[in-house]
Amino acid sequence: MTPLLQVEGVTKRFGGLQALTSVTFDLPEGQILGLIGPNGAGKTTLFNCINGVYTPEVGRVLFHGEDVTGSKTYAMAKRGLARTHQIVQPLEELTVRENVIAGACFGRENHSLGSAGEIASEVMEFVGLEKRADQLAASLNVAQKKRLEMARALAARPYLLLLDEVLAGLNPSEIAGMVEIVKKIRDRGITIIMIEHVMKAVMNVSDRMVVLDYGQQIAEGTPEEIANNPQVIEAYLGDPNLAKKLMGEDE
Amino acid sequence: MKNWRNHLGLIVPLLVVTGLAIWPALTDSVSNRENAFTILKAIALASSLNILLGYTGYVSFGHIVFFGFGGYVGLYFLNEQGWSIWTSLLIAGISSGILAYLLGKAILRLRGAYFALATIGINEAVKAFINNFDLFGGPIGMTLNFKVYKEYGGAAEALSMAFYIMAGLALAAIVLSYLIRVSKFGLGLLAIRENEDAAEVMGVVAPDAKTWAYVLSAIIPGMVGVLFFFKNGNVEPHGAFPLHASIELLVMVMLGGQGTVLGPILGAFAYQGMRGYLVTSDFFKDIQLSVSGVILLIIVLFIPAGAVGWLRNRFAPLRRVLP
Repeated sequence: MTPLLQVEGVTKRFGGLQALTSVTFDLPEGQILGLIGPNGAGKTTLFNCINGVYTPEVGRVLFHGEDVTGSKTYAMAKRGLARTHQIVQPLEELTVRENVIAGACFGRENHSLGSAGEIASEVMEFVGLEKRADQLAASLNVAQKKRLEMARALAARPYLLLLDEVLAGLNPSEIAGMVEIVKKIRDRGITIIMIEHVMKAVMNVSDRMVVLDYGQQIAEGTPEEIANNPQVIEAYLGDPNLAKKLMGEDE
Repeated sequence: MKNWRNHLGLIVPLLVVTGLAIWPALTDSVSNRENAFTILKAIALASSLNILLGYTGYVSFGHIVFFGFGGYVGLYFLNEQGWSIWTSLLIAGISSGILAYLLGKAILRLRGAYFALATIGINEAVKAFINNFDLFGGPIGMTLNFKVYKEYGGAAEALSMAFYIMAGLALAAIVLSYLIRVSKFGLGLLAIRENEDAAEVMGVVAPDAKTWAYVLSAIIPGMVGVLFFFKNGNVEPHGAFPLHASIELLVMVMLGGQGTVLGPILGAFAYQGMRGYLVTSDFFKDIQLSVSGVILLIIVLFIPAGAVGWLRNRFAPLRRVLP
């Protein structure tokens, strides 16, 4: 069976900066792929190349086996790709409900306002925003805005969900709540790529991981393999004992 | 029982316009009719501009171009080709819509100040073109043949008819504005206004949505132009494309509350009322446009949401009632 997403040798430059160099991986349906690496490694740029914000100079992106390199972002949304943003982008002067309805209306299933309203109610309850439904998005705090981004993406009923640092800036109990949500989303059969710096959480939920450093793909494998990879430890994790701690705390 | 309340945002504006339409007949006053005509015209134009400015978030400084262009096209067919007022209105609306479609394809990729500047350029370019276009009378323009009025029972009857058609156009503009506001298409426009990039990521096909918003905001102004010049009796380039009228429309929309159905109506009322006072006042009559400028400044600085927006923000329950 063709993997849901295939990234083949994707390369992206910004002027003299080599943001991504020949990144290649496959993502089978139903898995969670963790994408890690130091700041500036090119993780968000990779998201932008997948969902059509940027067109890679070299390489291809295949979605459901079809070449979608350089498609517009709205075309990718209609194909069943949804994402959250590292810097939250709520539609501020609209209510939480309107934000989520918009996600359902214009996403893959192209719902009418009425059926989008039902989806919105369900999704808001799923992420725990139902009490905020009639508030303006601008009035939410950061944790709630991250949930809103998540709700909006989910309302689109995507095949593939790109999560860009949904845990950043959250406190431990909020992180635990969000990790539960991510697992529940996977259980619904939605494939996920998540960019994350909270190592314990991302190692805990990922099926596979890809590590970027200065735009180079320096490792790919299961969380155990990644945690014990000397190159990853040197570039990113830092402390060789950290790997043991991270894995040890899983149980 | 609660059903009618859900449509209050439509019912109140419709009552306002209906009231305006019957007010001159009730008072049997031609001068009241002239005032009401001006206000209805402002309502139709401001509500149309609101589709682009308030819903989609694109500031057009040259929206009057559709008024002038539609007016020219309509008057040409009315006067030179002998078409009826109805078909002339129709062709004017369609022509303005097509003009907006073509312009939209070209300039709606620009954002913010660049788009605003482009709209001014277009207004001036169309004015310069018409000024040199012999079919439309060049710099002299066109003067309505009095025979045209005769078909509608003489000048007095024709002017009265023009008034009621204008009321119809104002109603149509409000209904259109309301239908867009509560539709899925409208939600896409609001998403573009709030954050165009995020809207596209969510799947809003922004280039198409923006173009259609522009087209829908241009049709009624084109028809209003025909009526205005039909009533006026002549059209010439300077009267058809006055840049200051575009800015007055912006003031109306901002004053009443951009992005709401009721806002532009309220704004049109308030602005025309104020203007009526200013141009007859000894002190203000020469500087009434400066006063508009100051008002725009005050709104942008202190109540950017406008009157209706301010009320909605102060009293949350109003959000449901005043879309």
